[in-house]
Amino acid sequence: MTAALRVVVPGLMTTLQDLGRPGYQRLGVPVSGALDQMSLRAANLLVGNGAGVGALEIAYQGPTLSVEADSVRIAIAGGHAPIDILQPSGNRGRLAPFQSGRLVRGEVLRMGVLGGSAVAYLAVEGGFDIDPVLGSQSTLTRAAIGGFKGRALQAGDVLPLKQAAAIERDERILAPFDLTPRKHVRIVLGPQDDHFTPAGLKTLLTHTYTVSRATDRMGMRLEGPPLEHSSKGYDIVSDGIALGSIQVPGNGLPIILLADRQTTGGYAKIATVVSADIPTLGRLAPGASIAFEAVGIEVAEAAARRLARDVATMASRVASVRRPLDIDWKRLMAENLVSGVVSARESEG
Amino acid sequence: MIVEFGDRVDWHLSALVLALARKLEAGKPAGVIEAVPTFRSLMVHYDPLAMSHADLQRAIAALLPGLEVASFAGRRWRIPACYDASLGLDLADVARRTGLSSAQVVERHSQTSQLVYMMGFLPGLPYLGGLPGEFALPRRENPRVKVPFGSVAVAMSMSVIYPQESPGGWHILARTPVPLWHMRKSPPALLAAGDQVTFEPLSLREYERMLTKAAASELCLTPEGPTQGHRA
Repeated sequence: MTAALRVVVPGLMTTLQDLGRPGYQRLGVPVSGALDQMSLRAANLLVGNGAGVGALEIAYQGPTLSVEADSVRIAIAGGHAPIDILQPSGNRGRLAPFQSGRLVRGEVLRMGVLGGSAVAYLAVEGGFDIDPVLGSQSTLTRAAIGGFKGRALQAGDVLPLKQAAAIERDERILAPFDLTPRKHVRIVLGPQDDHFTPAGLKTLLTHTYTVSRATDRMGMRLEGPPLEHSSKGYDIVSDGIALGSIQVPGNGLPIILLADRQTTGGYAKIATVVSADIPTLGRLAPGASIAFEAVGIEVAEAAARRLARDVATMASRVASVRRPLDIDWKRLMAENLVSGVVSARESEG
Repeated sequence: MIVEFGDRVDWHLSALVLALARKLEAGKPAGVIEAVPTFRSLMVHYDPLAMSHADLQRAIAALLPGLEVASFAGRRWRIPACYDASLGLDLADVARRTGLSSAQVVERHSQTSQLVYMMGFLPGLPYLGGLPGEFALPRRENPRVKVPFGSVAVAMSMSVIYPQESPGGWHILARTPVPLWHMRKSPPALLAAGDQVTFEPLSLREYERMLTKAAASELCLTPEGPTQGHRA
C-alpha cells in the first residue's frame, strides 16, 4: 500500500512550498517558495528533514488530513493553532506546534484557525513524493507550476509520502521563536525613489499602513495615505523586481512584492524591504499594521547576517522528547491537562 | 542590484544589457544567484551573505569596460500566427485606432522584425519591440480577465505573446499555435532575450491543423538561424 496523506478539508489556501525556484527569472518564472522560510526550516528540522524539503504552507485556516500510511512523523511550525489528533475510536489528543509527533494509519490531524502569524508549515519526515518542477516543489498557482497539480489543495487530494513509516526515534521540540512583527520594517530606498516627491517619501516613512484583504502570495497590498509621485510619474520602462520591492502604481498605494512576485514590472519602486525582514512580512495577516524605517545597505547586510546566524543555531536549540508522542494517549491527555487544554469528550467521561 | 543602462526601450541599450548578462554568466562571481535582463537594465539577484553590495558593485564595474554590442547574437524565428478576426479579437479595433485597414495592420505587424527585449510577467512570455509608430497604443482601458493562450497582442509599439491563458490588457491581433513554454524541455522557454521574431500569417484552417499537432506535442519550431546584424 502506498503511503499518503489524504486531504479531508483543504484549509483556506494550503500549498506545497520549499525554498523556491531561483534560476529561471530570465525566462519569466517567479521564484515562489515559503513566505516565512524561518518557520519552514523549523518544521523541517523537527522531523529531521533538510531545510529545503517541501512542506505544506498553511494560510489563516488549517487543513484536516487523514493518515494513509503505516505511520508518519509530522511537525508544524509558525502560527499557532489547535492541532487535534482524532482516532477512529473517538479518542482525541493534541499535537503542539514546534514539536514533532508520530501519527498512525487512520488517525486524522485537524488544524484550526492560525494565530500569531498568517502562515504555518506542516512538514512530514522524508517529505512528499512529488516531482520537483525546475528544481523545486513550490506551487505557483498563477501559472499552475509545481506543487500538487500546480494548485492549492482540495478535498479528496491524496498526497504521496516518500517514507512508508516514521523512523523509530525520539520526538523533537523547539522553543517557538518570536513571531511578533517588527515595529518598523526596514527598507532600503530605491531604485526609483526619484519618482516620488519629498512629501511622498516622508509619507511612507511616517505613517502606519494596514495590510489589505487583497493581499496574496504575489504581493502585500497596503492601505493608508497615498504616496505622491513626482513629475516622473508612476510608469517606468519595465525592469527587474526583487523580493520585497515596494512598487507604487497610479493610486499611490504601495504593494510589497512577495514570494510569487512577477519577475519584471512597470511601476515605480520606491524601496525594497531588507531580506531579514521578509519572513516577518509573510506572517502579517490582513488588518495588521505596518510602518517603515529607512536603513542603508550595510544595515541590511548586517541584519541578513544576524538572521543567518539565528537560522544556523536553530538546530542547537532543538531538544529531544524522551517518550514518543504517539499511541500513549493517556500521556497525551495528561500533557493537555497540564497545559490546560482538555477535550470535551474526555472531561465528560 | 540593478545595473541601469538608460531609461528607454532601445535595441542598443538592450544589446548592452544582454552583453553584460552574458559576461556575468560566463564568470559568475560566488554570491550571484541569477541575472535578469530587462529593456534597459540588468537585475542582479545576489546573496548578501556570500557577497556584499560593495563587492558586487566592484565585480560588475570590472565587467563594464569593453562591453560590446556586437558580442551578442540571438536566434531568428518565424512564428506562424493566425490573424483571423475570430482569434485576433482586437484586430478591427486596432485598425480603427490606427487609421489602417485590417489587412495593413496584419501586413505591418507580421513583416516587422521584432526583437525579444525581455521575458517577464508569465513563464515564457516575450516582450517584443520594434513595431512602427502606428502601434504606439496605450493598453486597453478595460483589461481582459482571460486572454486565450497563444494570443499575440500589441501596445506601446511592442508585442507580447501570452504563453498561457492569463489576464491581460494588450490588444489582441492574432493567435499562434506554437507552444512557447514546455515544462519538460530544457530550457523550458522557446524564446530568449535577444532573439528576433517575425510572424507568418496563417489561415484559420492551417492554424487549427497546427494546433492539433501542438496538442499532440508534434509541433516543433526551430530557429531559422542566428540574428542578422542590428537595425539602426
